[in-house]
Amino acid sequence: MSDSLLATVFVAILGGALRVSTPFMFVALGECLTEKSGRVNLGLEGTLVMGAMSAYAVSYHSGSPWLGVLAAGCAGAALGSIHGFVCKLPRVNDIAFGIAMMLLGTGLAFFFGKAYIQPTAPRLDSISLGAWTGNAKLTSALQIHPLLLIGIVVAIIMYWAFANTRWGLLVRMSGDSAASARAMGVSVDLVRFLATAAGGFLAGVGGAFLSLYYPGSWNQGLSSGQGLMAVALVIFARWNPLRCVAAAFLFGATGAIGPALQSVGVTQGYYFFNAAPYILTLLIMVGSAGSKNASRDAPGELSITK
Amino acid sequence: MTQPQALSLETIGMTKIFGPLVALGDVSLKVEAGSFHALLGENGAGKSTLVKCIMGFYQADKGSLLLNGQEVNVRNPRDARALGLGMVYQHFTLVPCLTGAENLVISRADAPAIIDWAKETKALEAFLERMPFRAPLNIPVSQLAAGEKQKLEILKLLYLDQRLLILDEPTSVLTPQEADEILGLLRGMTDRKEISVVMITHKFREVTAFADSLTVLRRGQRVGGGKVSELSTDAMARMMIGDTQITTRATRIEKAPGAAVLEVAGLSSHDEADKNVLDRVNLKVKSGEIVGVAGVSGNGQSQLMEVLSGQRPVHEGRIFVRDQPFEPTRDSFYRLKIFGLPEEPLKNATVPRMSVSENMAFRSFDRPPNAKWGWWLSPGPMRAKARELIETYRVKTQSPDSAIGDLSGGNVQRAVLARELSGDVDVLIVANPCFGLDFASVAEIRSQIMEQRNRGAAVLLISEDLDEILELADRVAVMSEGTISYVAPIGETDRATIGMHMAGHD
Repeated sequence: MSDSLLATVFVAILGGALRVSTPFMFVALGECLTEKSGRVNLGLEGTLVMGAMSAYAVSYHSGSPWLGVLAAGCAGAALGSIHGFVCKLPRVNDIAFGIAMMLLGTGLAFFFGKAYIQPTAPRLDSISLGAWTGNAKLTSALQIHPLLLIGIVVAIIMYWAFANTRWGLLVRMSGDSAASARAMGVSVDLVRFLATAAGGFLAGVGGAFLSLYYPGSWNQGLSSGQGLMAVALVIFARWNPLRCVAAAFLFGATGAIGPALQSVGVTQGYYFFNAAPYILTLLIMVGSAGSKNASRDAPGELSITK
Repeated sequence: MTQPQALSLETIGMTKIFGPLVALGDVSLKVEAGSFHALLGENGAGKSTLVKCIMGFYQADKGSLLLNGQEVNVRNPRDARALGLGMVYQHFTLVPCLTGAENLVISRADAPAIIDWAKETKALEAFLERMPFRAPLNIPVSQLAAGEKQKLEILKLLYLDQRLLILDEPTSVLTPQEADEILGLLRGMTDRKEISVVMITHKFREVTAFADSLTVLRRGQRVGGGKVSELSTDAMARMMIGDTQITTRATRIEKAPGAAVLEVAGLSSHDEADKNVLDRVNLKVKSGEIVGVAGVSGNGQSQLMEVLSGQRPVHEGRIFVRDQPFEPTRDSFYRLKIFGLPEEPLKNATVPRMSVSENMAFRSFDRPPNAKWGWWLSPGPMRAKARELIETYRVKTQSPDSAIGDLSGGNVQRAVLARELSGDVDVLIVANPCFGLDFASVAEIRSQIMEQRNRGAAVLLISEDLDEILELADRVAVMSEGTISYVAPIGETDRATIGMHMAGHD
C-alpha cells in the first residue's frame, strides 16, 4: 500500500471515529453515571433506539432537529425513571430488569416508529473544523458535530463533579457503600433513581445522534448493539468519564476500519472488519474480567462486581 | 468560639418488643455529662436494641429519652444527629472510595453543592489542630489501616459537633495498643467535659481501665450498674451471666507434645488485586498441642483458614500433614483426618437450607453405612447418626430434618463441631469458634477443643480474641500483614509482647 493510500485510510478512520464514537460516548457516560450510583442499567440499548426514534419523529413534525434531541433525552429519561423506580422495589434484580427494559425500549421504538421509516426529517448540521487544512478529505473527515463537543464537555463536567460537588460525592457514596450512605441519612434509592434517569437522558441524546446525523435516518437496524457495547466500554474505562471518552473514540475507530478500507478498494475481509467493534468488546470483557485495576475501581455496590 | 459541651443522657423505662420477644424491658440508664459509660452484656442482652432506640433506628414502644435533662423525641437517625448524638458502629461507615476529607465534608448536613476544596482543606486542618489525634485525610479510606479508620470515624463525629458518642465494640478491629490509645484519648476528652461516651463492650479490661460508670444488661433487663471503682470484674461477670451455671471448664492435661503433625511451609496466597494476603507463612503444630494464631482482624487469618480448608488457591508453598503433602481434596481430608470449624460456620461450613442431618453428614455421606457403592445414599443411617450427635452435643433443633439455617448461632456452631469431632481427629483447625456466643456455649466449645488436644490431636486455633488464645493455647503465633511474625510458648510471653507484634513492631 502506498503512502497516500495509507493516509487516505487513516483520514477515513479518523473521520469515522469522530462520527461513530458520539453515540458510544453518550451511552457510556450515561451508564457511567448510573453505575457510579451503584446500579447497572442494561436497558440503555433500548433507550438508545427509543431516543433515535423520538428524535427523528419530533424533528420531522416540528422541523427543528434540536427539539428532536431534547425529545430523545426526555424519552431516555422516562425509560431511565422506569428502571430507577422498579429497581428500588425489594428483590428486583437490576440486570434482569434492564434486559426487559432493553426489549421494551426497542419494541416501543419499532411500534411507534413504523410511520417514520419513509419520510425525511431535518437533520443536524455539523461544524467544519478542517477548512484550514485545504485538504478535501481532511475537511470532510473533520466535519464535527456539536453533540460530540457537548459530549466531551459533559464528560469533563462529570469528572469534575464527582470530586467537587455534593451531588458527585453522594452518587459515589451510594455506589460504593449504601450502608454508610443510609447511616448519614442519604436516600440511596433517590440518588440511584435520579442517576438512572439522568443516565437515560444521556443515552437518549446518543440515540438522537444516530437518527439525525450519522447514519442519519430512522430504521430498525440503527443501533446494532451499540448500547450494550457501551456497558462493556464503561468497565474498560474503569468508571472514569474522561476514559469513557477515550474508549468511545477507540470503539469508533475500530468501527470505522471496515468502511475506511472499503473506501480505498480493499474489500477483502469487509465483514470481518465490520465485526471489529464486537470482537473488541469481547476482548475487553475477557481482559477486564481478570484485570486487577477494574476490580479495584469498580463501585462496591454494583451487582456485577459483588 | 466556645467549646461545645458534653451532653448528659438518660433513658426512662425504655421498652422494645419484637413479636413475642421482649428485646428491652423497662430499661433506665443515666449517663452524666462528661462521663465514660460502659454498657455491658452478653450477645442478645439488648445492648444494640437500646442504642438503636436511642439513635432513632427503632422506635421504642415505651419510655422516654432525656438529653441534658430535657425530653427529646428521636424519630430517625437524622434527628439523633441534629441533637448531637453520634455513633461509631462495629463495621466502618466511611465510604471506602472517598478520601478522609471527602468523607468528612459530605457527612455534614450543610455540605455545599459545590465544594471549594482549598477552603475546606484549610478548615479541616484548623479542625485537626484542635483535636487530640489526627488521621490522614488525603488518601482513599480503603487504603487506611483499621486503627486509622477508627480514628477517622471518631473524628467524623467530632467534626459534626456530636457531643455524646456511642461506641459499639470499638476495639474489636484494633490491636491492644491502638485500643488503649484511642480509648485513652476519648477518656481525656470526657475528663475535660468535651464529650460524653457510651461504650458497648464485653471486655472487662477496657471497662476497668477507661470507664467511670457502667450499666449491665441481661435478657433485655437492666440487672446492675454503678461506679466502676466500686465493682469488681467478678461482680460484673456475675451480673452479665446471672445464675447460669458454667459446668464445663477447659482443663489442660500437662504432657509434652508429640511429633509435628501439621506443617505449613512458605505458604503464600494472593487476593484479586495480586497483593500478597499470605506472605510465606511458616508454622508447625505438634500432636497434643494447641497453637493459637493471634492478630488484628484482617491480617491474613481468614485467608490462612481459607487455604487450609481448601477455599482459597495456594500461590506458593506447601502444606504437609504427617510429612505427606496435603492437597485440599475430599480424599485427603478423609485420609489424613483433618477437621475444622471455620469462622461464620453457617456461611463456610453448612448449606443453610439443607437439613441438620444432611449437614451433619457432609463428611461421611458418601461412605458406608450412609452410602452404597459410593453414590446410593440412605437417609436412614444419616438421620440415626444425626440424632445421636444432636443428643451428645446438645444441639437445640426441632428435628434432624429442620433446615440448619433456622438454628441459632450457637447451635449451628455446635452442630458443625459435632460433625467435625465425631470422627477420629488428627488435625483440628478452628477459627474464631466462640464469636458471638453466650458464656455457657463458649465454655463448652472451648472444653471440646481442649479435649481434642488432650486426646493428642494437633490443634490450630485462629482467633481474634486474645483472651481465648491465652486461655487455650500451648504456643502463640502472631500474624501481622499476612505473615507469622512471632512464635512463643504461652508461658514465655505476655499480652503486651503479643500486642506489640500484632501491631507489626518487632
